[in-house]
Amino acid sequence: MSTAAVIDAPVELDALDRRIINRLQDGFPISEHPYAEVAAELDTDEATLIARLQALLDTGILSRFGPMYHAERLGGALTLAAIAVAPADFERVTEQVNAFPEVAHNYARDHELNMWFVLATETPQRIPVVIREIERITGYPVFNMPKKEEFFVGLKFRV
Amino acid sequence: MSAVLEPQQISPLIDAIDRRLIVATQGGLPLDPQPYHRLAERLELPVAEVMTRLRRLQGDGVIRRIGAVPNHYRLGYRGNGMSVWDVPDAAVRELGQRIGALPFVSHCYHRPRHLPHWPYNLFAMVHGHDRAEVMMQVSRIAEQLGSAVRDHDVLFSTRILKKTGMRLVTE
Repeated sequence: MSTAAVIDAPVELDALDRRIINRLQDGFPISEHPYAEVAAELDTDEATLIARLQALLDTGILSRFGPMYHAERLGGALTLAAIAVAPADFERVTEQVNAFPEVAHNYARDHELNMWFVLATETPQRIPVVIREIERITGYPVFNMPKKEEFFVGLKFRV
Repeated sequence: MSAVLEPQQISPLIDAIDRRLIVATQGGLPLDPQPYHRLAERLELPVAEVMTRLRRLQGDGVIRRIGAVPNHYRLGYRGNGMSVWDVPDAAVRELGQRIGALPFVSHCYHRPRHLPHWPYNLFAMVHGHDRAEVMMQVSRIAEQLGSAVRDHDVLFSTRILKKTGMRLVTE
């Protein structure tokens, strides 16, 4: 399989960017002037915090800033699934799998099971339907690995 | 925008107004000095109601947290390994809780085996600056698991093929 790194290059961040990234992973207030509150904690001002945050999002250092929602509590379902794709088919299968709106994330991994994706569906019943459809379109069996129990989610990346 | 949740299928924890709030924020929070006021204007709701609803959704766990999601590759975490372990099912909960508490593990789950191809039932995502750091962390997990481990592997990610996250359908 392809082992070409397609991983974005690391970036140099100054001390304020680092404080912002670390602080904003810990949560954000629900209040009248939340950016001003966080800026005060970080020894900066509201306008600077907003401008830095905008730049961190624009350059892709942060992929998102806002509320993170819990799929199951919204009434939906999630599962992790994997396919062992022949290297010659990898790009075709990637396109086919990614075309499903239910595929929220998809990663290539260094293993015989070389494609791993997360499905998020509107109902738990729809997971097996989408999996069968992916099997039909790609011609590959899908290994469905729904979580049986979650022990921890949510590492923060300290910079 | 990918469509996954239809309005009629929403959880008992959220109503139609919550749902509009979720759709309005799933792309992010406004970068404005008063982000909740901007949301209130967009949704034609009183700002106090927007804040009350967000606090309630957070309290109910519908919102895990409000915060920033870094692209960990760009922060220098280039080694991202999914460590997978075959441990006795009777011990998986106790072991999973112990492994999930390690500071370098971002997600830890009990998942089903697919024998004979896939014997692993405990998954722990590990992040390091390079593969060597990840392998050190994996050996720390192995120490924690001790003789409970029958087999294990580490699957490094080589490419992000898609990363859109879950999305509610827009109305």
